Amino acid sequence: MTRPADFPPPFDWREFVAEPTDPPDERIDVGVLVVGAGPAGLSAAIRLGQLLEEQPDVRERLGDVPVAVVEKGRAPGAHLLSGAVINPRAFRELFPGLHTEEMPFRGAVVREGVYFLTPKRHLRVPAPPTMWNHNHYVASISEVGRWLAERAEEVGVTIVPETSARTLLVGGGRVLGVRTGDRGRGKDGEELPTFEPGSDLRARVTILAEGTQGHLAGVASARFGLASRPQVYALGVKEVWEVPRPPNRIMHTMGWPLRGGKQYREFGGSFIYPLGEDKVALGMVVGLDYTDATLSVHDLLQELKTHPFVHGILAGGTRVAWGAKTIPEGGLQALPDRLSFPGGMIVGDSAGFVNVPALKGVHYAMKSGILAAETAFEAVRPGQTAWGPGSLEGYDEGVRGSYIWTDLHRMRNLRPAFKHGFTRGALLAGLSLNTLGKLPPGTMELERDTDISVTVGDRARAYPTADGELVFDKLSSVYLSGNRTRDDAPSHIRVDRKVRREVAEAWRHMCPAQVYELAGEASPAGNVVDVEVTASNCVQCGAISAKGGRLTPPEGGDGPEYALM
Amino acid sequence: MRLAVCVKEVPEASARTRIDPGTLRLDRGGAATLNPFDAHALEEALRIKERTGEGEVVAVMMAPLPAADSLRKALAIGADRAVHVADDALAGSDLVATARTLAKAVEREEPDLILLGQQGGDSDGAVLWSALADLLRLPVVSQAASLELAEGKVAVKRQTEYGYDLIEAPLPCIVAVSDAINEPRYPSLKGIMGAKKKPHETLNAADLGLGADEIGEAGSRTEVYALADPPSRGDSVRIEGDGAAAEKVVEYLTERKLI
Amino acid sequence: MPTLVYLEDHEGELVKGSLGVLTKAAQLGGDVAVVVCGSGVQGLAAQAGRYGAARVYVADDPALVAPLPQPRVDVLEALVRERGFDTVLFGASVLATDVAAGLAARLPAGLNWDLVDLEVRDGKLVGRRPALQDSVYADVGWKGEPRLALVRSGTFEPVEGGGEAEVEELAVETQDFSRQAVMLERAHAESEGPSIEDADVIVAGGRGLGSPDKFGLLEELAQALGGAVAATRAVVDAGWYPYATQVGQTGKTVSPKLYFACGISGAIQHKVGMQASGTIVAINKDPNAPIFEYADVGVVGDLHQIVPKLTELVRERRT
Repeated sequence: MTRPADFPPPFDWREFVAEPTDPPDERIDVGVLVVGAGPAGLSAAIRLGQLLEEQPDVRERLGDVPVAVVEKGRAPGAHLLSGAVINPRAFRELFPGLHTEEMPFRGAVVREGVYFLTPKRHLRVPAPPTMWNHNHYVASISEVGRWLAERAEEVGVTIVPETSARTLLVGGGRVLGVRTGDRGRGKDGEELPTFEPGSDLRARVTILAEGTQGHLAGVASARFGLASRPQVYALGVKEVWEVPRPPNRIMHTMGWPLRGGKQYREFGGSFIYPLGEDKVALGMVVGLDYTDATLSVHDLLQELKTHPFVHGILAGGTRVAWGAKTIPEGGLQALPDRLSFPGGMIVGDSAGFVNVPALKGVHYAMKSGILAAETAFEAVRPGQTAWGPGSLEGYDEGVRGSYIWTDLHRMRNLRPAFKHGFTRGALLAGLSLNTLGKLPPGTMELERDTDISVTVGDRARAYPTADGELVFDKLSSVYLSGNRTRDDAPSHIRVDRKVRREVAEAWRHMCPAQVYELAGEASPAGNVVDVEVTASNCVQCGAISAKGGRLTPPEGGDGPEYALM
Repeated sequence: MRLAVCVKEVPEASARTRIDPGTLRLDRGGAATLNPFDAHALEEALRIKERTGEGEVVAVMMAPLPAADSLRKALAIGADRAVHVADDALAGSDLVATARTLAKAVEREEPDLILLGQQGGDSDGAVLWSALADLLRLPVVSQAASLELAEGKVAVKRQTEYGYDLIEAPLPCIVAVSDAINEPRYPSLKGIMGAKKKPHETLNAADLGLGADEIGEAGSRTEVYALADPPSRGDSVRIEGDGAAAEKVVEYLTERKLI
Repeated sequence: MPTLVYLEDHEGELVKGSLGVLTKAAQLGGDVAVVVCGSGVQGLAAQAGRYGAARVYVADDPALVAPLPQPRVDVLEALVRERGFDTVLFGASVLATDVAAGLAARLPAGLNWDLVDLEVRDGKLVGRRPALQDSVYADVGWKGEPRLALVRSGTFEPVEGGGEAEVEELAVETQDFSRQAVMLERAHAESEGPSIEDADVIVAGGRGLGSPDKFGLLEELAQALGGAVAATRAVVDAGWYPYATQVGQTGKTVSPKLYFACGISGAIQHKVGMQASGTIVAINKDPNAPIFEYADVGVVGDLHQIVPKLTELVRERRT
């Protein structure tokens, strides 16, 4: 039995916690710092900006830069990826009075279909109620990110792109801010002529909104003992195509090309959404607890496109975008026990507010950002502090009292049910749904993705070969993601370089960006092999962090430049 | 000493740039960024300022208003001031119309040295500095792989097809730098956050005293008629095996006068 | 359409690129004159006639000794105004580009550059130029006269057609500001061969070479062809060859007339750096390598055998 957990990465969270070191004339002080310009972070920033506009005296207290958002991507949106079908509820809360036509959406959901696929056929099945999407909208989350960033700047927020938050500044038992990452180091960490050291960025409140597998969220969680249960992840690989006639409905599929047998643990499916008048967004999403080391979500997506049902939708079209990202799937039982800590809070996907059965996360992320902002606002008023015991607990209470909690509670047993295989899982899931979560009683446990044994199966045999028209290889896909990370950038990936072959093969196939290769000739199963890492290919999807490695933030600006994802 | 750096905004490399079939102009929709080639010019200006211990670096850009973000990046990297020339009437400007506009903006600054990057990325052909120099009646040196400042003059290593020339010119003059000249610095966090506070002036054509017939389409003397697909590469030839492969390749290349 | 072609010279020879433009101009018909600027260049005038010039203007003056653009702009401006040329053509080079752009501002005139073709359509001159990394071609033209055009280096082949040209010496007057830039040292041909950006022939190697010393095979072939050696990201990463020779998305973009891709799989990150090459010859063991999808000549075989053999054959032909 070989598990990725047997080969832990050379990563210690303590490396990423430090006291501030910059002298006063070099450090940067802001009022409230948000790490990550995604829906959660930007909603927090916008809400804060709104509140501060109403209370100029509080704004005064926060100095020259009352609210700052740091973003490791080239610009807000560059690292955002999602389906997405969005529930506009949080948009309405954040922008009362704004008409849906003015929101950054690409079209209302008018029709939808759920299909079960076999190798050649498709069967329409009734959509489970969790997946009903009336009054929801198809959107590109990268576009949403850009739009939200503009709104944030309109209410006085300072957005700082190409800046990674690498170290959590902690002093006196509380979070003081972050230290940004260095830029201009070479492959071996040496300082290049362009070397620019990171800076201490200090704030009264730090909101961690780093998305899936948030780096500092993980560090804060370890430092402050926030989580006792594991999170589990799925990997989504997505493409956008320009087509003559997009479908007239949003579609989800299950079944082929995933295998239903319990031994495979292949949970997931695909989504196909019309994106505006001339495009289609489609993606394959698979839980990372699968057992066959040769499973590759990227290749499953390529395979999916060869199915007559999907092929027909793409006929005459051109692929215009590609990307990949993980999704936290654990739901309620994977949330941290505490979401706030002295001086900070965790929002959005970093906390794990994703409703998997409904495939919704954006409006929960935004709602959590709004709640965090309101808590932060209270904490920075005269007479208040952000770091006393319980100062930010208002946020935890807020989340528990909101629809985030109610919705996640109702869905809590759906995803875990599927560890029993598709059929039994579907039955259990159906039971849970129909009783609004009351049955089966209790809460099913989740197993850590790295604890699942992997064996080298033969799934790879069926992957189609790249033809540059319908089916694409990983390298040309990485190119399309806009990734132009310089080749001599230091590696941001922590991973054991000598592992058993099954684990190396699992990484090789899993990674959609072809980062991991086995060095040298293939050896018989059971032997330890060397792993070669081409970190500059990485699109920071986070899959490796779920399966035995650990991503750390690369240099600011590196990685993909998603525009339509 | 005042250094003026002419910068432009170009589409992000990842952006799907296309030529708008209606206007036959480059569709600048989508993400854009400060021209990476201009980063070398800005870097050189900053190094000169640092070496001489004094001076002011002004970034000058002619672009539509939304490009202000890219100009702000120049401030974040270290420029002291930014001058943005934006005007709907400038749309469709050809080389000379663009050079006229920049000449007026640059002249206003009375710089000692004017720096430009080696090309514009999207459609430029390494032509702007010569046109600018002629209008300003200043000496110009292009393809600078290195630049030394001495008493009132510059010494430049110019890179041509034949190697390096060493050229000297008195200040004020124009130097277009190649990307071999330096490695541009990253903006510091302080720089990024301080950029918004630096002087950032926006001017229109009237502010510069430009007449309608000097700029935009009206002031331009070139046009685009139509777009076409590039000629296909033609049939490819497949050669197998090692036996006579080399001979066949040589034959193919000889027929086409490539050897 | 009285046309003037700017002929560039270097170390006593007329530059091939500008002779090619002259040939094309003569084919387009009408009166073609050329101008040659320099010092002691009268001897080149006769050559120009053989490539299609009816008239050669010689601007011979110490002020023009150094290959600097601004004095040449003065010469061309005077010539164009006095003799009424409505079209001026240049073969692109560092010098010619600077001259053409300066002249465009001076006259003023419209300048189209990077042209890969010229034709007369309905009495109008139309140029064709690639755009957006050669993914689309645009037909371009001029409003008013004169019309200035820069032709992409090496587009047209020079063809000798015989013929003699009338030679006229010009009086040279230059502006004060044109004389301010001074050449202290002049470049001479580099002995190690061209850099990859300037080379007409490139021999590139990738992982398929197997080991760094195999670059020696490529160096021999490059030398035999008078070209340069380039490398892919993978082998530069592995330290087999210097970064300065890296072709690709994160390296240099090149467009030689002839590109040999040896042991290179041809992933898109490499392709975008060389896809504008005139002719691509790929040598690779793997018949499914992506490079075969866009190579003009695809050789499926062992480069360790084929490359030395190519070198041998090329050397034979040269002697």
